[in-house]
Amino acid sequence: MLELQGLHKSYFTGNNELHVLKGLDLKIEQGELVSIMGSSGSGKSTLLNILGILDSYDKGSYKLNNTLISNLSEKKAAHYRNNMLGFVFQSFNLITFKNAMENVALPLYYQGISRKKRNKIALEYLDRMGLREWAEHMPNELSGGQKQRVAIARAMISKPKVILADEPTGALDSATSIEVMDLFREINKTGITMIIVTHEKDISEKTDRIIYLKDGIIESEHIRKEMSYV
Amino acid sequence: MFDLDKWQEIFYSLKQNKLRSFLTAFGVFWGIFMLIVMLGSGQGLQNGVTQGFGDFATNSVFIWAQRTTVEYKGFTKGRFFNYNNDDTRAIKQTVSGIKYLAPRLRGASFAGDNVIRGLNSGAFQILGDYPDMNLIDPVNIETGRFINDKDIEQKRKIVVIGTRVQESLFNPDENPIGEYIRIQGVYFKVVGIFSSKKSGEQAERDNQVIFMPFTTLQKTYNYGDMVGVYAITAEDHISVSKIEDKVIRILKQRHKIAPEDDQAIGHFNVEKEFKQMKGVFMGIDGLIWVVGIGTLLAGVIGVSNIMLVIVKERTKEIGIQRAIGATPVKIVSQIITESVFLTSFAGYIGLVIGIGLIELVNFALIKFEVESNMFRNPEVNFQIAITALIILIITGAFAGFVPAKRAINVKPIDALRSE
Repeated sequence: MLELQGLHKSYFTGNNELHVLKGLDLKIEQGELVSIMGSSGSGKSTLLNILGILDSYDKGSYKLNNTLISNLSEKKAAHYRNNMLGFVFQSFNLITFKNAMENVALPLYYQGISRKKRNKIALEYLDRMGLREWAEHMPNELSGGQKQRVAIARAMISKPKVILADEPTGALDSATSIEVMDLFREINKTGITMIIVTHEKDISEKTDRIIYLKDGIIESEHIRKEMSYV
Repeated sequence: MFDLDKWQEIFYSLKQNKLRSFLTAFGVFWGIFMLIVMLGSGQGLQNGVTQGFGDFATNSVFIWAQRTTVEYKGFTKGRFFNYNNDDTRAIKQTVSGIKYLAPRLRGASFAGDNVIRGLNSGAFQILGDYPDMNLIDPVNIETGRFINDKDIEQKRKIVVIGTRVQESLFNPDENPIGEYIRIQGVYFKVVGIFSSKKSGEQAERDNQVIFMPFTTLQKTYNYGDMVGVYAITAEDHISVSKIEDKVIRILKQRHKIAPEDDQAIGHFNVEKEFKQMKGVFMGIDGLIWVVGIGTLLAGVIGVSNIMLVIVKERTKEIGIQRAIGATPVKIVSQIITESVFLTSFAGYIGLVIGIGLIELVNFALIKFEVESNMFRNPEVNFQIAITALIILIITGAFAGFVPAKRAINVKPIDALRSE
C-alpha cells in the first residue's frame, strides 16, 4: 500500500542543512494500524507530511497504492490528497466559518459533489461519530473531543485508503484520547490503513504496529500481535 | 453556477475586518466616482461651449473686405474696396466644392432708433441675406418662414424678425405676421419670427436682428451691387480651408490686391476654430482619463494589497483546504472572485452614485433654468460607463491574481504550520 525506499529529506535554513530523514525504508500494507513514535526532532512529522504529499522528499522513492509520488503537479497532489488520503491534525484544523456539517462535507465540495448531496453524506458521517445534533454548530461551539471527531469524519468522508493522524490526541484529555483511539480502531476495521504519529506510549500501545524513529532512521519496530482482535 | 460555499467564504473573509474592507472598497468607489463625475462635467463643459455655436455649419468660412496694406499695380496702400455681385458669380463659376454660398449685406447703422412701428421703436441690426444663410448659421423659425428664393428674385419688401424685435415692437397678444414695420423710412411686411439656437449673450444679440432679402437690402438702401460678407460652407467631404484659399485668391485678383497682402481680406474660418476647440476638449478628455484611471488604479492597487494581507492572514486556512484536496485552480478562483467582487461591487456603487450626481446637477440646471455659456447638460456616455465597469472587473481580476499566485506558491505544509 505504502512503500518507502531510501527516503532522504533535508531542510535548509540559510546555510545550515538539517538532514531529517536519512534513508528510510518502510512498507505499510493495506488495513494496517500503525503508530510512528519518536522524540521531537526524530523526523516523524516530516515522514507523515511526506506520506501525506504535503511535503516533498529529496532522494529515494515513495509509492502510494503502486503510484510513484514524485514531482507531482499541485493539481495532481490535490487530487491524491482528496481521494486517497485523510488527515487528522493535533489542532483539529477545522474551517472556522463553516459549521460541523459543512466542515465534514468539504472534501466532497472539492470533488464537485452538489451541496445537497454532500451535506446529506456529511450528516451520515456525523451520525456515526454521534454528533448528528451538533451538525449546525460552528467549530468554536464544540469541545476538543467533538472537534476531533468532526475532523475524523471529514477525513473519512472521501473514503480514503489511508488516514494520517498527526498527534491526534495531543490536545485532548486522556479519557477523550481513549475514545478517539477506539474510534480509530473501529475505522481501521473497515479496511482503512491508519498511520498515527504520536509520542505518547499509551496511544501507540493501542496500535498493531509501532515504528520507532530516531535521528531520521527507523530504530526498531514492534508488532503487537496480542492486541489484535480475533 | 452559483457556488454558495464560495460566497460564504468571501463574505466571511470580508467581514473579518469590516473597516478594512470598507476602506478598500471606498478606494475603488472613489476612483470610479471621480472618473464618472469628471467625464460628466467635461461633457457638460463641451456641451455648453458647443451650444454657443448653435447648429452652425462648422465647415464654414466668412470672408469680408478690409483695407489694403500693400501697394500694387499702381494703387496705393490703405485702399478701401467692396465685393459685388460679379464676385459672387465668379466664385460660383470657378470654385468647386462649395455647398452653400450666401452673400450678406449689413444695413448701415444710424444713431438712434432705426425701426418704428406705431408708437414703438427700437435700434436693430438689419441683415440682407440669402435663404442659404439659414443653412449655414441656422435660427429657429418660431412662426412664419425665413427668406426664400422668390423673395430674392422679386426683391420683396419682407422681413424676418428676432424675438426681441417682436417684443419691443408688438404687444404680446398681437400676431406680427402680416403686419408692417418701418425701417429707415421704408415699410416692410413681417413674414416670420425667429429665435437663436445659441445660448447666452450670443443668443441675446441674435434675437435683436432683422433679416430681409439680400437683393431687397441692396436696392432699397442704395447699395448698388455691393456685397458685405461671404458666408461659404464646403461640401461635406471637403475642408473649407482649401475653398477659403481659392476664394481669397480670386477676390485678390479681381480687386487688384497684392497676393502677399494678407490684411486686405478679412476672413474667419469656423472649421479652424472648431478644430481648435475640439483639440482643447480632447485635451481635457485625455486629462480626465489619465487622472481618472490613475485614481482608479490607486483603488485597485489598494484592493490587491488588501488581498495580499487577507491571503497572508488566511494562509493556514488555505493550507487546510489544500490538505483536504482543494486544487490550486479552486484556491485561485476563490481569491480572484473575492477581489473581483470587491472591486466591481464598489465600482458599481461608484458608477451609480456618480451618474446619480451628474443627473442631479443636470436636473437642477434645467429646473432652475441656469443658462451658461460654459456648462450645460452634463452627461455620461452609457457606453463609457459600461466600459469603465468592464475595465474594473478585469483590473479586479488582476488585483486578485498576484495574491492568489502567492497563496498557492506556499507549500501546503508551510501553510498548515503557519499561525
